[in-house]
Amino acid sequence: MLKISTHTFKHGIHPPEHKNDTNGLPIRQFPFAPVIILPVVQHIGAPSKIIIREGQEVERGQLLAKADGYVSVPLHSPVSGTVRKIQNVPTISGKMVPGIYLEPYPASGQEVMEGVPIDADTATKEEILQAIQNAGIVGLGGAAFPTHVKLKVPDDKRCEVLLINGIECEPYLTTDHRVMLEQADDIFMGIRYLLKATGAKRVIIGIEANKQDAANHLVKSIPGDLPIAIRVVPVKYPQGSEKMLITSVLDREVPSGGLPIDVNVVVVNVATTAEIGRLLPHGRGIQERVVTITGPAIKKKGNYLIPIGTPLRYVLQHVGMNEPISEVYMGGPMMGVAVSNLDISIVKGTSGILAFGNKEVIRTHKIYPCIKCGACVEACPISLNPSRLGILARFDAFDEMVNQYNLMDCFECGSCSYVCPSNIPLVQYFRLSKSLVRKRNAQTQTDAK
Amino acid sequence: MLSKTLNISTSPHIRSGTSTSVIMKNVVFALIPIAAYAVYAFGLGALFVLATAVISCVATEHVLCKLSGKESTISDWSAVITGLLLGLTLPPIFPLWMTFLGGIVAIALGKFAFGGLGYNVFNPALVGRAVLQAAFPVAITTWSEVFSDHRFSAISSSVLTLPFYEPVVDGNSGATPLSAFKFDQVSVSISDLAFGLTSGSTGETSAIVIIIGGIYLIVRKMMNWRIPISILGSVYALSGILYLIDNQLYPSPNFMLFSGGLMLGAFFMASDMVGSPITSCGVIIYGVFIGVVVVVIRIWGGLPEGVMYAILLGNALSPQIDKLIKPRVYGTSKSNSKL
Repeated sequence: MLKISTHTFKHGIHPPEHKNDTNGLPIRQFPFAPVIILPVVQHIGAPSKIIIREGQEVERGQLLAKADGYVSVPLHSPVSGTVRKIQNVPTISGKMVPGIYLEPYPASGQEVMEGVPIDADTATKEEILQAIQNAGIVGLGGAAFPTHVKLKVPDDKRCEVLLINGIECEPYLTTDHRVMLEQADDIFMGIRYLLKATGAKRVIIGIEANKQDAANHLVKSIPGDLPIAIRVVPVKYPQGSEKMLITSVLDREVPSGGLPIDVNVVVVNVATTAEIGRLLPHGRGIQERVVTITGPAIKKKGNYLIPIGTPLRYVLQHVGMNEPISEVYMGGPMMGVAVSNLDISIVKGTSGILAFGNKEVIRTHKIYPCIKCGACVEACPISLNPSRLGILARFDAFDEMVNQYNLMDCFECGSCSYVCPSNIPLVQYFRLSKSLVRKRNAQTQTDAK
Repeated sequence: MLSKTLNISTSPHIRSGTSTSVIMKNVVFALIPIAAYAVYAFGLGALFVLATAVISCVATEHVLCKLSGKESTISDWSAVITGLLLGLTLPPIFPLWMTFLGGIVAIALGKFAFGGLGYNVFNPALVGRAVLQAAFPVAITTWSEVFSDHRFSAISSSVLTLPFYEPVVDGNSGATPLSAFKFDQVSVSISDLAFGLTSGSTGETSAIVIIIGGIYLIVRKMMNWRIPISILGSVYALSGILYLIDNQLYPSPNFMLFSGGLMLGAFFMASDMVGSPITSCGVIIYGVFIGVVVVVIRIWGGLPEGVMYAILLGNALSPQIDKLIKPRVYGTSKSNSKL
């Protein structure tokens, strides 16, 4: 047993974990849906540019859309099949974006195309970063930010520690847990590439204490030549956030408005690391990902390896339901997004699908006035005053929120809303306020020009 | 099972489950033994005063909500708390019409004028009591004997005084321990104070019952323990120093702690979340401030008791404390936070 470290970040919450339903279930391959729908926006940054045409036959692993610029990634075909049509498809945000409809060959063996392999020992830093972009890799923890951009250490900065994020602090989700148990070799291979790409001297894998088995398994299989330490930290939400993890493990604070590299750290999600270790030696692109499908309404709960682009409706039909579903979330229950339309697809950033029936969803949350109980102040991991911010938001006092109460530091973890006894939708207020402030700032900038 | 429309909501999709009305209900639960003990100690008069205060507060809240065209907020239980607290600060032989008036003032002026629950600056019950004290200085300092033999068979005529008439003071009025000490230099034993064997307001009798109620709320995480601890601690420390200087002139710290409305005020009125600062550090400043003011008023002021004014002053100070005491935000340097 690895010792659980005692150092942690300030505040935070302990929601019920609900991980036992799926954390013992091995990753299973999901079947191919009769139609695969791939939106070109699956990452933060410029949409991928489609390079195939309707009616074209494509192979599994073939490039369908290329990266459009630096902050962008390409898109690969998750199946061998035919491009049925190219037209707008719905996404979880409600926005329609260009997308590709693929019809898999029913009886095909679905072999994957090999690309140009990249050798971790001989490749240069730039070659590895380029290969990571070419593989279409984004943060698989949910953020979907292009990984090669995140790994690029600016010339005036230095990366000392590569921090591998195996925290998975969202309740219900167990994908990273299973990946650590089942894909240790891929993770270590990925770390070889990441060490080279960042120039880091040492590696720390951060794991929460509810995944001791994964930590023990990884410790046993660390290759002798890699400078890896495994740190088990106490369970607390939102420890999976980069800033909180850095504080828990290294006792450093990322400056307000800054990035982990400002304290000489680069953080990479553990599933993303495994994906890099699996894809780069074959020069392949990302075609599938592990998704936890769970929630009280799901019959066959589990961790599934699902082809990117599989329609959500097909996924739910395949796993079956115990009861009529009332709400479906993509991601965890704390930061995940409620789905309004089952015709959206599994995308690169989908870490979980949760389905709740009518019984489990309480929709009669009566909103009371703020009684200044201070529960939110005790929960906020970055020591904001959500109570005060919430009152200011109702009066549109954005300047005061930003200048005196550090609104822009909020990363929307939802801890304040979770604990609020008055059920005030605090984090929603902050989301709206932040986007209004950003819009206003952009407006003033264009006006200035 | 997939054809039905989906509901959407914003994250987080799970909640801790505590609600404001549950917190308020638990405060009522914690106050009920105190009220029950008050009735046991003072008899029918206390029962009528407490019932009238609660009815008056709840009715005022309901009527004002309806008049302003809003949904009635009596279901959040906060008006019941205000009523109970107001009743507990009044003498057990206080005229009912004055009690009723106090309830109206507490809710209308103490709470509604500021915008309702959560927006009030002062503890509404204390606003009600402060107005009553200014309007009826004699009636509010006329006490009855505790554990009198006929407390359940007879009722003081002052309780049933007709509206707008002055109450007739019965001959049985007893002095409170604090006024006895202040004006006659007579001290009362701590055990009498702890078990409520002394005269006083309905709620300032048994310190033990109050502490049990307070501990219940603290254990259930519905009260910030720092508030009662910092108030009681600072009262004890300051009066202890004075007692060491001159134990003839100044009362013992134990007497200070257990007499008057300090226990009730520290556990149930100063700890009102709305009127107290929001940060842990701010709350301690607030508590110490209240404790110091209590000692200053009791020892050097003209009044025997000062808990009410101390808490009202603390309430007035807490928005300023919140403005000044801000925890350092993650990733900012100390100099950036406006201390």
